[in-house]
Amino acid sequence: MKYVDEFRQSALVKQWADALHAITTRPWTMMEVCGGQTHAIVKFGLQALLPKEIRLIHGPGCPVCVTPVESIDHALYIASIPEVILCSFGDMLRVPGSYTNLLAMKARGSDVRIVHSPLDAIKIAEDNPNKEVVFFAVGFETTAPPNAMAVYQAKKRGLKNFSLLASHVLVPPALEFLLQSHDNEVQGFLAAGHVCTITGYRHYHRLVHAHQVPIVVTGFEPLDILQGIYFCVEMLEKGTYAVVNQYQRCVLEQGNVSAQALLEDVFQVVERPWRGIGTIASSGLGLQAQYADFDAALRYPMKETMPSQDNGCISGLILLGKQKPSACPLFGKQCTPETPFGAPMVSNEGACAAYYHYAKRDCFIEERML
Amino acid sequence: MNTLSCPAMIDESQVILLAHGSGGKHTSQLIENIFLPAFSNDTLDRLHDGALLDIPSSQIVFTTDSYVVQPVFFPGGDIGKLAVTGTLNDLAMCGAKPYYLSCAFIIEEGFLQSDLKRIVESMKREAEAHSVQIVTGDTKVIERQTGTNIFINTSGIGISMVKDPIHPHQIQQGDCILLSGDIGRHGMAIMAKREGLEFSSPVISDCGSLAPMIEALLRAKVEVHCLRDLTRGGLATALVELAEAAKMEFRMTEDAIGVSESVNSACEILGFDPLYVANEGRFVAFVPKHQAHHALAVLKEFDAGREANLIGEVIGRSMFPSAILHNSFGTERYLYRLAGDQLPRIC
Amino acid sequence: MCLALPGKILAIKEEGDLRMGDVDFSGVKKTVCLAYTPEAKVGDYVIVHVGFAISVLNEREAQSTLDLVAENKT
Repeated sequence: MKYVDEFRQSALVKQWADALHAITTRPWTMMEVCGGQTHAIVKFGLQALLPKEIRLIHGPGCPVCVTPVESIDHALYIASIPEVILCSFGDMLRVPGSYTNLLAMKARGSDVRIVHSPLDAIKIAEDNPNKEVVFFAVGFETTAPPNAMAVYQAKKRGLKNFSLLASHVLVPPALEFLLQSHDNEVQGFLAAGHVCTITGYRHYHRLVHAHQVPIVVTGFEPLDILQGIYFCVEMLEKGTYAVVNQYQRCVLEQGNVSAQALLEDVFQVVERPWRGIGTIASSGLGLQAQYADFDAALRYPMKETMPSQDNGCISGLILLGKQKPSACPLFGKQCTPETPFGAPMVSNEGACAAYYHYAKRDCFIEERML
Repeated sequence: MNTLSCPAMIDESQVILLAHGSGGKHTSQLIENIFLPAFSNDTLDRLHDGALLDIPSSQIVFTTDSYVVQPVFFPGGDIGKLAVTGTLNDLAMCGAKPYYLSCAFIIEEGFLQSDLKRIVESMKREAEAHSVQIVTGDTKVIERQTGTNIFINTSGIGISMVKDPIHPHQIQQGDCILLSGDIGRHGMAIMAKREGLEFSSPVISDCGSLAPMIEALLRAKVEVHCLRDLTRGGLATALVELAEAAKMEFRMTEDAIGVSESVNSACEILGFDPLYVANEGRFVAFVPKHQAHHALAVLKEFDAGREANLIGEVIGRSMFPSAILHNSFGTERYLYRLAGDQLPRIC
Repeated sequence: MCLALPGKILAIKEEGDLRMGDVDFSGVKKTVCLAYTPEAKVGDYVIVHVGFAISVLNEREAQSTLDLVAENKT
């Protein structure tokens, strides 16, 4: 694929891996924020190319992993209403709520449909005037503008049978939360390239100087990730810190201005709990008051919230890089991809699923040798 | 029995009714108008409860499979073609020459008779092309839900062409792993129809019989240790299952596995891994190293095998049986079974 | 998160008040909303996430990234 394959050339990737080996003199701990970057690291086995001094922590940039249980339960409740068509991206279908997931609801007869774009949900609403269409809007700042456009269009077209269940989360507050915690070990960040395509990276300068950590805006292909890690280590080795943009073919410092404008019109910053982590201040997006008619949370309020269940999952600690999945007593035993206890075992890019599939062998061999 | 089909008796807009499955007049009409004209042979024409068969060997291979694909018509085939080739392929994977098939239909009330006729014609073409007779069958009709469902079960009888069984337990250290062609066509052809993906060069399902290639390998005296056709779960699942059954470690080279540009692009867009996408006309073969080159030459004589390639080797017994993929960066990843079907993702 | 892929705009049309593009992703064609890339024109590559172009790919910068050599390369 053009502008993808070129960034997967093994000769180029190896050049940067060699260069990284040449400049690394001591241990460094870095976090790649975005789940898409985690996916690439795991899929292409990039960790094996890095000097052993470099520890990569998989960050919380995975909407599947951090969407709060309350939001999933609300989506499940709405899906159970007979006249509702619940539209969702495919990623969310297997994520466990308190008792079940959307795929199981579909199997039991709920009208749950996978969409590839929020405009598909608008079309479904227009094609089914006798049904109520609810779009489960999750994701980070990359997905929020497309979801905003759906609500904007619904209002413009006077669609009475469309609403949005919004559960967006924002990246910078999560990074701030991480950096402020007393046991933070992360010394540098690979920032999420597509999030920054929307938001830009001006706001990262304050974080960089307040906490003296380098932040590299990084893309998603193997070459991007190796370059991103290199630029980060280069600064760490020199004792400097700054925001560097590796993903220059996509990201401008000011970001996407027209997307930001519609975001501000449709959404407002709200409190948001992050699954497994807890509430992070001002870290979510909810609909503005003028779009209240399209807020599915208001149209279909939950009568009662499910009591929160502590099933032993330590996903919060794993998402913040404070524990490895193998440290969890449930890992690989009760908690597997077929029977996930928490979201990082469900997601393609979740740390637990990645460990289960790729590091399990090493755990197995260690156990045998003990 | 009069097997002439009068065009006036088959109205294109006519649908399957519950009565067609109840064994009475309507069932007889369906058999006379649709099934017999397509499948007629001496055994079937007797329309007895069971088929009396003359099988010239005691090394019989017997298999069964059911087909429920939606949409029933897709680029490159339909459920009928799949129902014949899929079962022929199961026989071929055991090193058996196919002889007879049974065929049972479960059809939803409201299904178009013209669509049924099209599916049955497709089965007839495949059966005739492989000199296989459909000798017994059944039809049931279930109550309407959407009116578009048809389920087909075919069971197949074949005669083994080999002395030593073709089985994962026969896989040996040092064996070469051959793949008969590029992967992911069937799954993506189906997804394209379901998701409305538009291709500049349309993806055509690889749905087809593997029997001719297998027979050619055996005639060419290739010592085939194991065969597996790639179906749901794709190449990765087949390799993981075989590694576990054989208790061996396999190593494959990712660059040797062919994926067409259209399939690759569609997978990137949906967030799918081509290694896990369904196929219906591809297989892997485990052969001794010294015969790998010869086996590939045999496969390349066939249109369906022109992109056959050596993709890996059997490292040996392992206490942690695995299928390991090496990529062009020099790193590796362990293949595993998916928990459920791949779902389109945005993350 | 954020699976986003580059595709080439083959044609641009209006659907209601939305500017839409026919975009080719190396053999797969999809209709993409160009509302957030008002500067995009036919022939440009755009980065597409959930059916929306979020950025026009800067082809010069893409080449620079490929051509870049690490300072301390051995």
